[in-house]
Amino acid sequence: MNYQVNEKGYYGEFGGAYIPEMMVPNIEELRLKYLEIINSYDFRQEFIGLLKHYVGRPSPLYFAKRLSEKYQSNIYLKREDLNHTGSHKINNTIGQILVAKKLGKHRIIAETGAGQHGLATATVCALMGLKCIVYMGAVDVERQAPNVKKMKMLGAEVIPAISGNQTLKDATNEAMRDWINNPVDTHYIIGSVVGPHPYPDMVARFQSVISEEIRWQLDEQTGKENPTRVIACVGGGSNAAGAFYHFLNQEEVELIGVEAAGKGIDTSETAATLTLGSPGVLHSSRSILMQTEDGQITEPYSISAGLDYPGIGPMHANLFAAKRAKYLWATDAEVLDAALELTQLEGIIPALESAHALAVLKKIKLKPEEVTVINLSGRGDKDMEAYLKHFGY
Amino acid sequence: MNNRINQLFQSKKERILSVYFTAGYPNLEDTVPIIQELVKNGVDLIEIGMPFSDPVADGPVIQHSSLISLRNGMSVRKLFDQLSDIRQSVDIPLILMGYINPVLQYGVEAFCEKCNKIGIDGLIIPDLPLDVYLEEFKTIFEANNLHNIFLITPQTSAERMKVIDDFSSGFIYMVSSNATTGAKSSVTDFQREYFERIKLSSLKNPRLIGFGISNAETFANACQFANGAIIGSAFVKAMEGNEPLEQKVSGFIRSIAADI
Repeated sequence: MNYQVNEKGYYGEFGGAYIPEMMVPNIEELRLKYLEIINSYDFRQEFIGLLKHYVGRPSPLYFAKRLSEKYQSNIYLKREDLNHTGSHKINNTIGQILVAKKLGKHRIIAETGAGQHGLATATVCALMGLKCIVYMGAVDVERQAPNVKKMKMLGAEVIPAISGNQTLKDATNEAMRDWINNPVDTHYIIGSVVGPHPYPDMVARFQSVISEEIRWQLDEQTGKENPTRVIACVGGGSNAAGAFYHFLNQEEVELIGVEAAGKGIDTSETAATLTLGSPGVLHSSRSILMQTEDGQITEPYSISAGLDYPGIGPMHANLFAAKRAKYLWATDAEVLDAALELTQLEGIIPALESAHALAVLKKIKLKPEEVTVINLSGRGDKDMEAYLKHFGY
Repeated sequence: MNNRINQLFQSKKERILSVYFTAGYPNLEDTVPIIQELVKNGVDLIEIGMPFSDPVADGPVIQHSSLISLRNGMSVRKLFDQLSDIRQSVDIPLILMGYINPVLQYGVEAFCEKCNKIGIDGLIIPDLPLDVYLEEFKTIFEANNLHNIFLITPQTSAERMKVIDDFSSGFIYMVSSNATTGAKSSVTDFQREYFERIKLSSLKNPRLIGFGISNAETFANACQFANGAIIGSAFVKAMEGNEPLEQKVSGFIRSIAADI
């Protein structure tokens, strides 16, 4: 099976570029040039160099001994939380800022939910001396205040999105409107494997460094490149896309994505898109989304701002439909427990997003001989307020 | 095919006034009264906006009216119900404008058949791309006597414009500037160059200019370069307030073009 995007920009029946005419020139330019740019020798050298010396890659693959003992199996953590800026998001923003430079753009816009992508974008803009505007839902500006302050210190302008539920979906709408209004000098650094083709493919390629490293690191530590399974959280799905990428055609490796169930999949306060959604078009690609019978997008909810999104990247919709990957869910309460468990067993405070991946350890059967890799996509600094409030320290 | 859009452009070549409004705004049952008032005031063509939760090509005014309309209970089904007898009182061309997802959920074929039955003449779906239209939608639109109205912008290349012109029937919607709907606009040098360029490019389809047309001056200006213009956000904004609908509509249309 081929799980990659085809030449028309589709993963199976999902993907494409459902864009208004106003966005056509920018998307066409990107579509025609992105592969040539990112496969060029100069680009590879600069990209790999920055990932190594600036981001701090390769990120460790850490055998979590006490966690493994508790679940009587072998659990490895891919430590994306140790990257510069604290999450996997920087892998993509380094790649896209280099693409933007090759395209001659000097104004950068981005959307952000948890603020991790906004922070990673503001960081690379500071690094390259480019102007940076980050759209962030007004609710997220409140609940992820430390990241807002960091973005401002880095010189970015943070514009609160005040439409809808004022979260990630609304920030994405505003960023798209900005791009329509500024079609010539601006590049939109989308933070996940969503949006019109070629974004899902481009972002997945930049994030694929995660699974590339997992394979040789696992080989080094266990003598085998393939684990039994890989687990990653999914909102739009970029860290999961990166963690799955080089295992897609290794059919023996089980792939598990974990969605945010919020207060539960039987409530209206949830973001479990694949569990509850149906096919449709949001943010310029055909995928699976949460919507009413009339085709209106429903407002999602999750304690984790980064997963609080009613859609999912088309690559995941296809992996779900083709049954290549399995998509489970975790509720806010399960996630908080899992975060505390990792913190006290391994001394690692995870981001709320990443704690979704940890939470499913309680929901699947692990055998003693199995090897499970969990992508620890981000660190918990930004979530301290939520943790403190919940645990009452 | 007897399509009212073609009839309009055959009989009238200039100063065509097309008005967009959001169905179900300000009140759910205002849809049909607004159409009837617009007709009474001499508007040539009406674009009925189907509200969507995430209107990325629209500015604040239409975003707001869409939100209120959805809160009022508007849906595709409700709109079709409201319009079911519209052809008993209205003869001018009617176009539905909205985003692709509600159309997909209704079912493209069922949607187009319903439009045909009601007497809708065309559709404007900004996020339905040309290639998808040609592959999946064109035959269904044609079978139901519906024109698909394409947009062009200042950034649209000459080659692409030619392709869009080839596949257009009805008219071409010229977006006046690089902007979402309702952006403030007076005719800049940049736009003048774009308008002149299009005027000279000998497109086979008639053209209406839209986005940023908000008053008598911008309407008159746009009419110098195309067969007419489309007013959206400014009209939607004029529907706010407590005066009777009749007054709001006639007051606005008279302020744009007293001669219509």
